Amino acid sequence: MTQTASDTAPAGAPSGTPLLQLEGIRKRFGAVEVLRGVDLTLRSGQVTALVGDNGAGKSTLIKAVAGIYTIDDGRMLWEGRHVTVHNPKDAAALGIEVVYQDLALADNLDVVQNMFLGRERRRGLLLDEDSMEKSAGETLASLQVTTVRSVRQPVASLSGGQRQSVAVAKAVMWNSKLVILDEPTAALGVSQTRQVLDLVKRLGERGLAVLIVSHNLNDVFEVADRIAVLRLGEMVADVARGDVDSQSVVELMTTGRSDRLTADGPAPTSSAASREDA
Amino acid sequence: MITTPSTPSATAPDPGATGGGGSRPGLARLRGRVFSSSSPAWIFLVLVVIVAVFSVIKPHQFLSSFDIKSIFINASVDLVMAVGMTFVIVTAGIDLSVGSVLVFSGVVAVKVMEALASGATAVSAGWGVILVGLLAGMAAGAAWGVAQGAVIAKAKVPPFIVTLGGFGAALGLSQVLTNGVDASDVPAKLGNTIGNGSLGPFPWLVIIALVVAVIGAGVLQSTRFGRYTFAIGSNAEGARRTGINVDRHLLKVYAVVGLLSGLAGDLSLAHFTTTTLASHNNDNLTVITAVILGGTSLFGGVGSMFGTVVGVLIPVVLDAGLVIVGVQTFWQGVAVGVVLVLAVYADQLRRKNNSRR
Repeated sequence: MTQTASDTAPAGAPSGTPLLQLEGIRKRFGAVEVLRGVDLTLRSGQVTALVGDNGAGKSTLIKAVAGIYTIDDGRMLWEGRHVTVHNPKDAAALGIEVVYQDLALADNLDVVQNMFLGRERRRGLLLDEDSMEKSAGETLASLQVTTVRSVRQPVASLSGGQRQSVAVAKAVMWNSKLVILDEPTAALGVSQTRQVLDLVKRLGERGLAVLIVSHNLNDVFEVADRIAVLRLGEMVADVARGDVDSQSVVELMTTGRSDRLTADGPAPTSSAASREDA
Repeated sequence: MITTPSTPSATAPDPGATGGGGSRPGLARLRGRVFSSSSPAWIFLVLVVIVAVFSVIKPHQFLSSFDIKSIFINASVDLVMAVGMTFVIVTAGIDLSVGSVLVFSGVVAVKVMEALASGATAVSAGWGVILVGLLAGMAAGAAWGVAQGAVIAKAKVPPFIVTLGGFGAALGLSQVLTNGVDASDVPAKLGNTIGNGSLGPFPWLVIIALVVAVIGAGVLQSTRFGRYTFAIGSNAEGARRTGINVDRHLLKVYAVVGLLSGLAGDLSLAHFTTTTLASHNNDNLTVITAVILGGTSLFGGVGSMFGTVVGVLIPVVLDAGLVIVGVQTFWQGVAVGVVLVLAVYADQLRRKNNSRR
């Protein structure tokens, strides 16, 4: 658990208005209130990790931001302006892209077709395959995704890490400003996880705001600048990575409190405590 | 039998690496391509073999222009429906109603012509009346497709059930409209031109069917409409999250198959100059068989119009060939059945290969 001086970056980054501010977001499914007044602030160039136990409302929150669910109450401010997102197209128009856990890639389509799905370029009535192929290749190259041999191979033939990379590349292709990643490493092996985490860091370095949902605290501490903890539909913490350790994050996720968080700086990691994050 | 091709590099450090490295990507790519479009390629080969066999056995009869012409004429009405069916099956849907919608559209066309014609029957009707009647037939088919598509997309009733219901209902309505008696007062002008006439050596029916197939191929392969069709069949939820309006697209796809069934109804009416109420109960299975034979996956996401054309031709060619050779045509059903099951089995193997990554 090395906490370096890079924690100062988020403190210096916020110049002016944040990219996205959520204020008091509420969402109810029947009798169950899944989101109970959630606040969250996302800034460009920052990777924010959204963590929480099962049923905390993480998926609901990102689907609300992505326009799949409409919120019952609360405000969304995008670059300081009040916005409402009714459907995925609205979100995409703002520059919000989501990479879902199940990837939402179409197995039978090739890499190019997937990356442009829903936003195909046309020449007249027909699809402009050449131009799309070129752009897809350029985007993959700019993200240093080099393992995909041909952009014309069907996605079904790719490895898990490659699929995730394609899904991320698809998300950043559209001048997007906020990329939301839902459990991007959940199904991946060690080296493939490495690929994807590097990719996530690169997104932040490019100046994108990144919101990453993850169960894996190792991943979270590796890539995140800020960590937001959701518990039973409420945001119990939104802190810089350097101000917490994984033990206190676990405490926040499970009990909603961490005594060590209020203490000055990162709490000392006792060996007994750090075992629990596995 | 090691025939090493002349490798210019004298210093091959690792023969395994050069040989494997040189040929494997190419081979893999080739295999990938053949696999992804394997069924159409293979099934085309099957068609070629069938034609070759019959041509060798009875060269003069089988290749006579009369037989070729009749083969294509027999295939053309099915082909028009199969083009629509290809779109439906690529979305992982199914349409069992095509034959009944064909009949229904034909009945609507005749009834409209009768109503507009000056005499008691429409036999001597002019082109204006004919044209309105044909358009009415297509509109009836499209409307039927829209209705079925709406129930499938909005009410989420499975397409199998919706179109099974449509299959019975369209035929029933046709019988209500005609009191169960075929209407045969089809305009002579229609039967003599589109129905049984030719442009040069090419029958109008065949020309129309091929034009439909070519347009269908272009739409499926090279337009957004086609791309969304594949995407929905491959991953409907993913397509929805990408922002594609899946419900509306499905509605359109079922409208297309309805429209084309309507066109097929017009063509059938023109060819047989009667509404053929009782002759289309098996059209759905014939057409679905053709589409599947052509390599379109019943599970959605994979398909081609070229394959569909080949798939339509195979049963028809077998039929014609067996008659000429003197084998009972009942064997056609056996042969097509076996090939169909094999085709789907091959498709399942392909899917298993793909998912094992």
